[in-house]
Parts: sequence; structure tokens; C-alpha cells
Amino acid sequence: MEADVHNTNAPVENGSLAPVDRLRHERSDSPTPGLVEGTEPGAGQDSAMFVHAQSFEDLTADDGEQEQELSEEGTDGTLETQEQESGESRDGGGESGEAQDTQAEEEQEDEEAQSSGGRDKEEDVTSEAWRRHRKHVFVLSEAGKPIYSRYGTEEALSSTMGVMMALVSFVEAEKNVIRSIHAEDYKVVFLRKSPLVLVGVSRTRQSERELTRELLYIYYQIISLLTLTQLNHIFQHKQNYDLRRLLAGSEHLTDNLLRLLDRDPGLLLSAVTCLPLPSSSRDVISSSLQAAKAKSLVFSILLAGNRLVTLVRKKDQFLHHMDLHLLFNLVGSSSSFREGEGWTPICLPKFNTAGFFHAHISYLEPASDLCLILVSTDREDFFNLSDCKRRFLERLRRRSAYQALQEALRTPSYSVSQVGIAELRHFVYKSKSSGLYTSPEIPIPYQSEEEQERLMGLYQYLHSCMHHPTRPLRSIYRCGERENLLAWVTSGFELYLCFSPLGTKEQAMAAISKLLKWIRKEEDRLFILSPQTY
Amino acid sequence: MALRELKVCLLGDTGVGKSSIVWRFVEDSFDPNINPTIGASFMTKTVQYQNELHKFLIWDTAGQERFRALAPMYYRGSAAAIIVYDITKEESFQMLKNWVKELRQHGPPNIVVAIAGNKCDLSDAREVSEKDAKDYADSIHAIFVETSAKNAININEIFLEISQRIPVVDSGGGAAGKGFKLRRQPSETRRTCC
Repeated sequence: MEADVHNTNAPVENGSLAPVDRLRHERSDSPTPGLVEGTEPGAGQDSAMFVHAQSFEDLTADDGEQEQELSEEGTDGTLETQEQESGESRDGGGESGEAQDTQAEEEQEDEEAQSSGGRDKEEDVTSEAWRRHRKHVFVLSEAGKPIYSRYGTEEALSSTMGVMMALVSFVEAEKNVIRSIHAEDYKVVFLRKSPLVLVGVSRTRQSERELTRELLYIYYQIISLLTLTQLNHIFQHKQNYDLRRLLAGSEHLTDNLLRLLDRDPGLLLSAVTCLPLPSSSRDVISSSLQAAKAKSLVFSILLAGNRLVTLVRKKDQFLHHMDLHLLFNLVGSSSSFREGEGWTPICLPKFNTAGFFHAHISYLEPASDLCLILVSTDREDFFNLSDCKRRFLERLRRRSAYQALQEALRTPSYSVSQVGIAELRHFVYKSKSSGLYTSPEIPIPYQSEEEQERLMGLYQYLHSCMHHPTRPLRSIYRCGERENLLAWVTSGFELYLCFSPLGTKEQAMAAISKLLKWIRKEEDRLFILSPQTY
Repeated sequence: MALRELKVCLLGDTGVGKSSIVWRFVEDSFDPNINPTIGASFMTKTVQYQNELHKFLIWDTAGQERFRALAPMYYRGSAAAIIVYDITKEESFQMLKNWVKELRQHGPPNIVVAIAGNKCDLSDAREVSEKDAKDYADSIHAIFVETSAKNAININEIFLEISQRIPVVDSGGGAAGKGFKLRRQPSETRRTCC
């Protein structure tokens, strides 16, 4: 097979590529041989709720990256890495391979940087603390005008951004495109999305593609506020327009989105997680939402914090994960929806970059986490949608489902110990066909903010290995000082597991089928199996 | 007791405290770290005025420039508009004058205008004198008060004054009874919702 050929030809620099026969052996040993897309645990019974996005390749597809074709050759392989006591890194990610200790060290430094500089916009951009932030993001116009900076004020950075634009223009003058610059500890990634230029400067282990994808999220965040049509119009009119005027008051949305990108596995996996709920209750909620429809309604979404309770959509209309994540971010980063009923234009860029939807956003009860988003095409339809909400609530309260929902909100999601697999600390499982993922509560060793981000960093690293543009993997096992990691990808699912460092590889391999069985047993509760339409 | 619905919208520059005024009025609470309003927010509160109940349908609009074009949707059909400025920011007072101009040109003819000089608890940092603002308000026959949402100064009063200024009988075609439409101009019959 081509894939194997590719693998044997691959440079053996890491000394850890599994021999081909071993590979075959492990493949046939696959815990769920017949498991293909659409039948994996968590797969929806009817149609999917989302635009079918298999993985993040789909998300970057509109970048027009040639890498796309390369990755579609579908090279499969198994890569094992073993981190030595010496801390010598031997993982297969090549450029992204850094020893864990170094990373930990860096994080500590970063923490210091954070505590001295904080997220204070006023921080000194010439200081060492500013330089040591793990990930910088800059947005500028093609005229080189600053639009957004994650740290420090845009004014103070105008010359820096000028240099960035100069670099972009310089390379473009030769009819070329600058993608990234790789320095010793840094990656500088450029995303050119006319009329904007986005630049990420990262000291993390994320691959260039992952960083580009994050920049794309930021780009879409801006589009969701303005529409691409309006953005183009503005810059066609006045090339050196200061876009910050129009984005005023939205900086916290971008800040929060960047935090989500560092912490939420959903954005990494192009998937959404659900509030665990008995399927009977969820069905009642869905059908109540379905009954409370209006002509102009396209999507009705009920959220519990950053988890989805249910989503009802107009027939034939699909929501893209990215758009849903932007809605999550909008709701999650704004206390302004806490009181009263919000009514705001919003562009869902993956649906249509040209126009606005109008979203009715309100919490079911003032102090609850349940937030209802009703997405409509008519900007004058507020009171109609307000009435939809009232009808939905009435229906819900008449039935016992509301009780169950409140109950589910109060109880913690589930702990990994309920799965009953020794040494397993945490996992993330994504069903590809439904675009939904499930994950237990973050266990004790990872509960602090830094540790949570470190865990996410590990998953990000695994993810970038699995989705490597030229050499994607089907599985990877990696031993570290602080944890052992295993990732497993099939056509039906993606699974990332984190074990204690005392676990063995055999245990880890055995865990996969055990975990899949458990998820299958619990899928009614953990996933939305029968999505509704109006 | 008769119930009248009064549609009121809040206008003004970003960060002057429109939402804080509404929160203070409706919930009697104050959050110093409130995020900027996105789009607009709708709340209601019913108060007794003489022998009537006045149900305020309040549209709290976002002050940012990108939402400017949406404002007509909210002030059309309003019985009253509260235009807010920040007494510690001269610029926001200039913005208020623009809002008054826009209302005169495009707003409903009988709209009651109230001017609120918010953040009067910060008088040390004052940039707009009370007299200038009062003179300006008188010149356009608007209600004027300095308010503090933080210390709950003059918040209920401004709504009370609006109740007083609203014509007793629904002569202007008022917002009463038609709370189900964002706009009520009879000429615009397309895309009504009911």
C-alpha cells in the first residue's frame, strides 16, 4: 500500500518508526475492526447536525493550501515515541518536538510574565515580560495599520506591525507568499486574508498548521462582527481606515476566543461537547424547542455553559462547528446577555460571509447557565422570537424535562473513574460523523489553569501528529515523565488518552476497546443521537 | 387599573453607562465590570404612576459605532428616548448632540427626550458642567438630570419624569398596545411580524 511505502521511506531520524510488519499486526489488532464512520459510538441516528467537517483539514481548506492534496493521499502510519530519562525528545513531530521539561520551564517563565504583566493592555511592549508571552496574535490591515494585539496596546506596536506588513509585501513582490518563519524557540505564522493580515508568534509546540487554523478563527471572529462584504467595502473606500473604530468593544471577544483555543478541546477537534442528559429528557427539550418555531428561525440552540444541550435547525440548513464556537464565545465572554433579552446582528462566516443573521440571546433564568440562542433571518423579528422563547419555556416547565435538566446542571459531568480503566486519567473522544465529542471532568493533577493548558498542549501535539500534512498517523503512543499518551484515529472516531506514567503500553492498548464499549453504553446520555429539524 | 406600555430607548456613546442605568432601574443592581452591550438588550419594568400602571419596554442599545445603523430600529416607535452622556467625558456630550439631531430628523415627532448626565458620583473628574448641559437640554425642551447608576441617584426619577411628560391620552398614537412591533410607522407594512 502506498501508505506503507511512504512510511518505510520516511526518514528514520527519530529511530522510532514502527516496522511495517509491526504496523500490520497492530492494525489487525484494531480493537474495533468493523467500526467505520457512521456506526461509531456517538454517531447520530439520522442526519448530522453539523456541516460535515471531518477534521481540521476541512477548516483550512478554503485557504487554498496545496498541502490539502498531500494530506488527502491518506498516508497512514503508526509512530511510537519514547521519551528518555535524559529528556532527549524523540517524537515524530520533528520541528514541534521539544522535551517536556523545557516546556514546563517555559510555562513557569510565562507564568511569571503573566503575573508581572498580566493581561494588562498597558504593558510595556519593549519589556522582556511582553516578549515571553507564549502566544502573540496580531491583526493588521494591508496598509499596515494595527487592528488587534493580544498583549500591549496597538498604538505601541504600530512600528512592529509595519515591519510585519513590510515582510509580507516584500515576499509578495516576488509573486510569493510568506507562510511562516521558524526561529529557535519561535514560530511566526502569517495568514493573509485580504483585506486583513493575521500574524501569530508562538513559543508553543503547535504546528504551523494549527497556528494558522487559530488565526483563521480570529479572522472569522472579526468577520462575524462585520461581514466580509462590509469589511471589503470599508477598505476599498479608504485603504488606511482604522478598523479599531468598528471593532471597539469587541476586544474581549477576541481575547476570550484565544483563551478558548488554548483550553477547549472542541476548537481543536472541530467538535462540540454535550451536557450529559438522559436521552428521554433531551428528546423532550428538543421537541419543545422544535415546537416553538417561527418562520424566520434558522437555528435554535440551547447551551449549558460551554456545552450543548440541544440544537434544532431548519431542514436542509446546517451549522458549522466554527460558527457554533463563535456563538459559544459570544455568549461566554459577555455578561451583557445575563439580564434581559439580547438582540444582535451576527454573521456566521461559515454559513455566509456576506450577511447578518439576527440572534435572540437570553438565559432561561437569571442565575442559570442555560442560554437560549435563536438565530433568525429577520432583523425586525425580535418580539416574535421572544414569544418563541416564552412558548418553549412554558412547554418545558409543563413536563418533567426541566427538572431533569436542572438536575444535570447541578451534577458534575462524569469522572474518569466511572469508566473503570486503571491508570487512565483523562480522554477526549470525538465521533466524526456527529461532530460531537465527550470528555470526563479534568482530573486533579490538571485542574490548575497552567496544568490544564499543558494537558491541552499535549493533545494539540498529538492532534498535529495525527493530522500531519504529509505524514498523518493512525496512532501514536508517547511516554513522558509526567504522563503517557495515546492517540488513535479511525475513519469513525478520534481518541486521545492520557494515562499516568505508571501505565504500560499494553494497558493503554487494551483501554481503547474498553473505553469504546463504555462510551457505546453511555452514548444515549453523552451524545445527541437524534437531532431535530423544524 | 389601566396598563400603558411605554417604549423607551437608551442612546449614547459607548461606555457612558446606559446598561448600568437600566440595570439599576429594573433590577436595582450595579456591576462595575459590566461588558459592553452587544447589539441591544430588552427589558421591562412596570411602575405605578397615579392611577395607571406604566410598563416600560426598555431598549438598551449598544453604543459602539458598528451598531449605529441599527439605532433607528429602536427609536422608531419609541415614546421616549433617554440619551446618556458621561459627565467626565466631553466627547460623549458632543455625541449626545448628534443623537439629538438624528432624533429630530428621523425620530418620531412626539418623542419625549430625556438627557442623563451619568457618573455624577465622579464629579472630581467632571468635564461637562451641569449648567451647560442644563442650558442645552432647556433649549431643546428635554428632561435633564444628572444621574449615578452606581449610587442610585436620580435613576427612578428620570423614568418618573418620562411618565409625567407622556401625554395623558394616547394622542400621539403611542407605543401602547403595539408592543409587538419594533417599528410602528404605518407606511412600513412590509415584514411586520404578526
